[in-house]
Amino acid sequence: MSKIWVYAELTNAELAPVSLEVLTGARQLGGDLEAVVLDPAGAGVVETLGEYGAGTVYLGLDPSYREHLAQPAAFVLAGLVEQHHPDLILFGATYDGRDICARLSARLGLTVVANVLDVVPHGNGYAAVSSIFGATQNVTTELLGPSPCALVRAKSFVAAPGSGTGPQVVDVALPPEAPTGARRLESVVTPSSGPKLEEARVVVSGGRGLQAPENFRILEQLAELLNGAVGASRAVVDAGWVPYARQVGQTGKTVKPDVYIACGISGAMQHTVGMKGASHIIAINKDRDAPIFKLSDLGVVGDVLKVVPALISELEARGAQAP
Amino acid sequence: MRIAVFVKQVPDPSGAGRLDPATNLLVREGVEVVLDPGDAYGIEAALQLAEASQGEVVVISMGGERALEVVRKAMAMGAGSGLHVFDQRLGGSDALATARVLAAAVSRVAPDLVVAGTESTDGYTGTVPAAVAELLGWPSLTFAKHLELSGGTVRVQRQTPAGHDLVEADLPAVVTVTGGINEPRYPTLKGIMGAKSRPLEQLSIEDLGLDAAGLSPQQRVVAVAPAPQRQAGRVVEDDGSAARLIADYLAELKVI
Ligand SMILES: Cc1cc2nc3c(=O)[nH]c(=O)nc-3n(C[C@H](O)[C@H](O)[C@H](O)COP(=O)(O)OP(=O)(O)OC[C@H]3O[C@@H](n4cnc5c(N)ncnc54)[C@H](O)[C@@H]3O)c2cc1C
Ligand SMILES: Nc1ncnc2c1ncn2[C@@H]1O[C@H](COP(=O)(O)O)[C@@H](O)[C@H]1O
Repeated sequence: MSKIWVYAELTNAELAPVSLEVLTGARQLGGDLEAVVLDPAGAGVVETLGEYGAGTVYLGLDPSYREHLAQPAAFVLAGLVEQHHPDLILFGATYDGRDICARLSARLGLTVVANVLDVVPHGNGYAAVSSIFGATQNVTTELLGPSPCALVRAKSFVAAPGSGTGPQVVDVALPPEAPTGARRLESVVTPSSGPKLEEARVVVSGGRGLQAPENFRILEQLAELLNGAVGASRAVVDAGWVPYARQVGQTGKTVKPDVYIACGISGAMQHTVGMKGASHIIAINKDRDAPIFKLSDLGVVGDVLKVVPALISELEARGAQAP
Repeated sequence: MRIAVFVKQVPDPSGAGRLDPATNLLVREGVEVVLDPGDAYGIEAALQLAEASQGEVVVISMGGERALEVVRKAMAMGAGSGLHVFDQRLGGSDALATARVLAAAVSRVAPDLVVAGTESTDGYTGTVPAAVAELLGWPSLTFAKHLELSGGTVRVQRQTPAGHDLVEADLPAVVTVTGGINEPRYPTLKGIMGAKSRPLEQLSIEDLGLDAAGLSPQQRVVAVAPAPQRQAGRVVEDDGSAARLIADYLAELKVI
């Protein structure tokens, strides 16, 4: 029986959504599913890990995993891998997951595939399906060598609990010789209201076509009326109009809302890779040939600075209200 | 202060990428290659730090013959010297092999700090710099949107999903910078001319003291298929009625 590991991460003392997605995907592969949690708040998620299919949870609770970036976690994980030889190790493609996976790979000489959308059995082992060229092509990569690693993109699987119960817990100690590395001094949270970008049913996104940072106000108004979240293209994030936390795309967030409204966004593939999974796409752009119209269900050739305010008035006239 | 900066040559991101049907590797021949736009931020960050500390910047790149052009470009922007790892046997390297080669190059240069891009535009695995740091036993500070040095310490604002973390480490260390951290300068004519007289070394696997056998990729592309694409829907010119049309559609979707 093959042994599949998921490196499970916590955000605010809860399992990160991507970790639940990866566990769900891993469960479909069969085999023994085991989770590794290295986080001082890890004890609180053991039960959930069991529900999602983990039969065993390797649990390390040392504060060092929060206080330091990647190095202690990669060190301990490497020790566990050498001891237990999993056949496959899955990580969510998060900031920390990526670093820990990279370091583990270098430490033990394990191969890594990034941007993974799916993992499939292949020969005696596994292959990873990832997308390239802005998700226009899917590539299947055979994973060779011991304990290969895959970094799975958010929203590649739909998280759903299984019927597992009480996993076996193996306590993991942080050896005194573990390196510490970079120190996390402080976490700064950019305040935001309304639903989270990754979870909102409606996302209203703006790009350079908005022309000035203050014009994002109309997108916020529209999002409020639709109980949605505001997203953005990298062009306007790089320009400093909108915080990075709002960026949708290859180097930003992946969103899969019911409705995605792209306002003044050209539709570069690095952007569309993060939103093409939306159920419905509406695009407003003044250029008839903008690539975004190739994937929108409803495209409006027009000026965002006219269409969006008109839409706000129309929705208000139909009784929509900001919460 | 000596700062090494990683630069990579990538196929022009504005062109359409292509894979060789026989090898499933990225086609690099007959394709315009450019300095990875993400690495321009790394070069600029390294130059600014070096200028503030009377230090020097050493450019490191592993890649085909034409990677020399991007090393030259970084030197034209102001870097003092360059190191190009060029070896036919490195074609098709995976992230791990790339990291092993780059770590060996860093050991040779012995910098106080390595600056790299967060992820490359063609491969975008985003794992190479942290893997290099691990091989060297150095800390890695990734996703930096702000970077400063003071004494023997590097301090960055590291992007997080909700904001940023303030992170610091003792040198030597590896930092990866995000796009938008600075405004990369353009090479000037004086810079281009000046770069020609500065040292640029070209090294093979053996020159770095590595064994080619340990660098073969442990992964193999077995299939490439077009990803399912969305169909274009209707596109209408706004004649003043578009807002109503969108509202109707939203009502149809039961969003309002
Ligand atoms: C490695 C890499 C990673 C990247 N990652 C991302 C990513 O994660 N997310 C991302 O978004 N991008 C990413 N990019 C950048 C991406 O390639 C594009 O440059 C970016 O998405 C363009 O943003 P934009 O559509 O806002 O701007 P532009 O491409 O400049 O488009 C602006 C659009 O607005 C339209 N417009 C102008 N005025 C109006 C008006 N008054 N009314 C209506 N329409 C108007 C124009 O017709 C145009 O189509 C990445 C690039 C690279 C190289
Ligand atoms: N072949 C290479 N030569 C020099 N630098 C590289 C190379 N590959 C990756 N890098 C650096 O590592 C960063 C991340 O690349 P990657 O992990 O491939 O996405 C890039 O932005 C570069 O700065």
